[in-house]
Amino acid sequence: MKIDRRSFLSLGIGVTAGTTLSPLPWKLTDDLSIWTQMWPWTPVPKDGEVSYVHSVCTLCPGGCGISVRKVADRAVKIEGMDGYPGNDGSACPLGLSGLQLLYGPTAIQSPLKRVGERGAGKWQKISWEAAIAEVAEKIGRLREDGKAHTLGCITDSDCGTVPELFKRFLTAFGSPNFMRTPSCADTYEMTLKLMHGTDASPGFDVENANFVLSFGSGIIEGWGTPGRMFRAHSAWKDKKVKVVQAEPRLSNTAAKAGQWLPISPGTEGILALGLAHVIIKENLYDKNFVDNYSFGFEDWKDSTGKVCKGFKSVVTDRYTPGYVSGITGIDSGDIEALAREFAGASSPLAICGRGQGSVPGSIHEFMAVHALNALMGNLNRAGGVSAVQRADYITWPEPEPDRVAQNSLKNERADGAGSARYPYTKSLLTRLPAAINSAEESPIQALFVANANPCYTLPDTEQVREAFAKIPLIVSFAAHMNETAEMADIILPDLGHLERYEDVPTPFGMNTPMVGLARPVVSPRKGARHVGDALLLLAKQMGGSIAKAFPWTGYEDCLKKTMGKSWTGLTENGFVAKADYKPAGWDAAFATPSKKFQFMSEACGHEGKTGLGAVAAEGDPKAYPLVLIPYDSMRLSGGAVANTPFLTKTVADTVLTGKEAWAEVNPKTGGKLGLAEGVHATLTTPKGSVRVRVHFSNGMMPGMIAMPRGLGHTAPDAYLAGKGINLNALVGPVADPTSGLDAAWGIRANLVIA
Amino acid sequence: MSALEEKTKEVSEGGGFTMLFFIIGLVVSLIFGWVVFPELLYSQKKQPFDFNHALHSELVDEGCESCHFFREDGSYAGVPQLAQCVGCHEDVQGETEDEAIFVNEYVKTGQEVPWLVYSRQPDCVFFSHVAHVKTAGMDCQTCHGDIGQSTSLKVYEENRITGYSRDIWGKNIAGFKTHTWDRMKMDDCSECHVNLGVKQASVQTGKGACFVCHK
Repeated sequence: MKIDRRSFLSLGIGVTAGTTLSPLPWKLTDDLSIWTQMWPWTPVPKDGEVSYVHSVCTLCPGGCGISVRKVADRAVKIEGMDGYPGNDGSACPLGLSGLQLLYGPTAIQSPLKRVGERGAGKWQKISWEAAIAEVAEKIGRLREDGKAHTLGCITDSDCGTVPELFKRFLTAFGSPNFMRTPSCADTYEMTLKLMHGTDASPGFDVENANFVLSFGSGIIEGWGTPGRMFRAHSAWKDKKVKVVQAEPRLSNTAAKAGQWLPISPGTEGILALGLAHVIIKENLYDKNFVDNYSFGFEDWKDSTGKVCKGFKSVVTDRYTPGYVSGITGIDSGDIEALAREFAGASSPLAICGRGQGSVPGSIHEFMAVHALNALMGNLNRAGGVSAVQRADYITWPEPEPDRVAQNSLKNERADGAGSARYPYTKSLLTRLPAAINSAEESPIQALFVANANPCYTLPDTEQVREAFAKIPLIVSFAAHMNETAEMADIILPDLGHLERYEDVPTPFGMNTPMVGLARPVVSPRKGARHVGDALLLLAKQMGGSIAKAFPWTGYEDCLKKTMGKSWTGLTENGFVAKADYKPAGWDAAFATPSKKFQFMSEACGHEGKTGLGAVAAEGDPKAYPLVLIPYDSMRLSGGAVANTPFLTKTVADTVLTGKEAWAEVNPKTGGKLGLAEGVHATLTTPKGSVRVRVHFSNGMMPGMIAMPRGLGHTAPDAYLAGKGINLNALVGPVADPTSGLDAAWGIRANLVIA
Repeated sequence: MSALEEKTKEVSEGGGFTMLFFIIGLVVSLIFGWVVFPELLYSQKKQPFDFNHALHSELVDEGCESCHFFREDGSYAGVPQLAQCVGCHEDVQGETEDEAIFVNEYVKTGQEVPWLVYSRQPDCVFFSHVAHVKTAGMDCQTCHGDIGQSTSLKVYEENRITGYSRDIWGKNIAGFKTHTWDRMKMDDCSECHVNLGVKQASVQTGKGACFVCHK
């Protein structure tokens, strides 16, 4: 007997037969199929009790009510909250993807102290006690040196308990330098101040308007409260409400509008006056309102007996359709037809504030647009614009500043707001960088930044960074790492938007006074503290009259006591609103010197100033033959909270490819410049030069370049850093002559093939 | 012996070996497949500590549902959470080591017990307890056996490939079962669904077949 090849073959056959007859192959096949269908590394949410927490989204100033679905202690989905005033179940993609911020890697885990060069991103973890002690010691020294007024604070809002706590801190400390980040709310509020005489925010009854004329407002691009505007926009479609969009670029709003008017940017106010001209000439305005409740429509004599030209004279003398057509580029026949259509509607609503409304804009433009609503008597009534009084639920006793603070508070603000030059403006943050850079010693020696990212969102980013570099102490209360936090000396991490309590008072554009409650959806991360708590700790550490101004044990205590009886309703329903609220009637609505609506305001001078031409774009037209206009998109967050990874995924390939940004130009313009679709080009503005790819779009007016806001972040976020270009770095601020607010709508530019 | 004869002999001798090798191959692979393979496929894991179902069953009024209850929204709570146990187990009761582990390591630290669940199904399966227990009136034993009468927890055998418990495939590696609770594979679900004439369409999607359980 010999072992040969055959023996091995038969061994093999035996093994095969045996294996086939054993469960091994069948079981393995089954297991492998399960393994391949459910990779063990795929995250699966834990099982647990399902619950919903009602809260308010604070990722943008819109303040939509949200319902967060939870499984056990983990938040798994964000939806719009049904029944919440305004958005009622709707939400925007940024809000919906908010969980990526909650569970993402950019949340700051403990107080940080800068150890390297400013902006180098080198940090040392320190304890809360040490961080608070250090800030208190440094700002305490400012007070000792008689420089209490050099403490500044930047936040995204000026109402609600958190901004009020900051204001209170500054008052008790002795500084007038509380600054709100700029937006179209600034100009709208000033418009109401000048025309209504009230300290109020505008409310738009978008639900009941039956003709909507938008001067560049991104109705479905994030203007106002996004969820609310989506709903209103859909309802307009159902009710056949016509939307007219005047805008140089075919935005989504323009594309879905009943009529798109490609207008020369910056001339929107002129168009409004042209429409007013037709309405007045053809006697289409509301005579009852204009005759009985308005002032400055007809010519009048001022106290010195001088005859001043009224709105009617100014508009009829100058803003003929032909003249307006020449400036705006819109056919004069279209202007006349639009004016008649607008005046023919029972509740025509004119709104402005470009894109998401992140740039304040020209006061004359806003007044001209508002005058259109006034001409139709569409103020403080259904379907119109109303002046919504500021929230009045915060009734803390005035703080009692000590002598140091009292003396210090007499100083002028560093940004020039409220000065003789800009008496009606509350905050001029865009002027601050220049003020710091032009001074030998920065007028701001210490700066608190909360819920804001000025080093990214303010125009002329380079100048802003330069100014911030000159501020000896920057304290950031950021929840997530951002460009401003990177410039800070100390970061006192705030809780994220799904981890904290906060009252959210009437958002911009809402026409009923209300308060919403943002509340913790999940247990907060351990190393962070509510910005209110951080401020209370700081006040306590400062001692004396500053500590006395903050009698609460913590922010939650402060919020509960502030809300008083409303707290129960707030926690049960998620908001408190006056259901039966009605804006004041025309006889009681206006608090101007004439007690009437004022078409003309002395703030703007009497004659002709309302008719000032469009605010010019910065730059020499010879060196820069084109105009760069920034635009906003619902897929990009240009505000203090940056895009989530999900949101960036939704950005089109002709906006961002990999890390490359695209610039939109009209094919005619592109052809003249020798460009082609997809080529690389160098985009230059007076503020800087960047490399872009060219995208041809017939939705752009010739002679212009459009790029979106919200890209080009530099903060350490692997999903965002280095992707695209920050438009704010290419556009500088242009001060409105009356308000001082930034009225830039673009900048002159050049585009050359690279 | 002629050359031819020699060759014949060689063949016949070789034929014996061939058979032997076939049998060796067969027997070894059968032993491997039936005995060694299951040992290799499953790792033995111990629960964090032992639990006496029988003892607890005696103390409660509503049987299994006392601890494994349905929530108000109809969803099934599954394995009890710490909060349910704390009422009685705030302090160590009795003298068992397991009780001490439970109270000291979990109750006092507030950490949930990482129980290994014998009946956990793959994530692609949608299973509703309320549909089976409340609507169809099935009892717990049909699927879970007499676990409620056990005095200690058996060793958890984890499939090294899939990560699921051996109880899903069943103790019997060939997949044979004698009781309804011996296996929890897809075939077992569908067998019962077919036998009882369960509506062969998903309540939510209206789709039939796979979509009843795979949403």
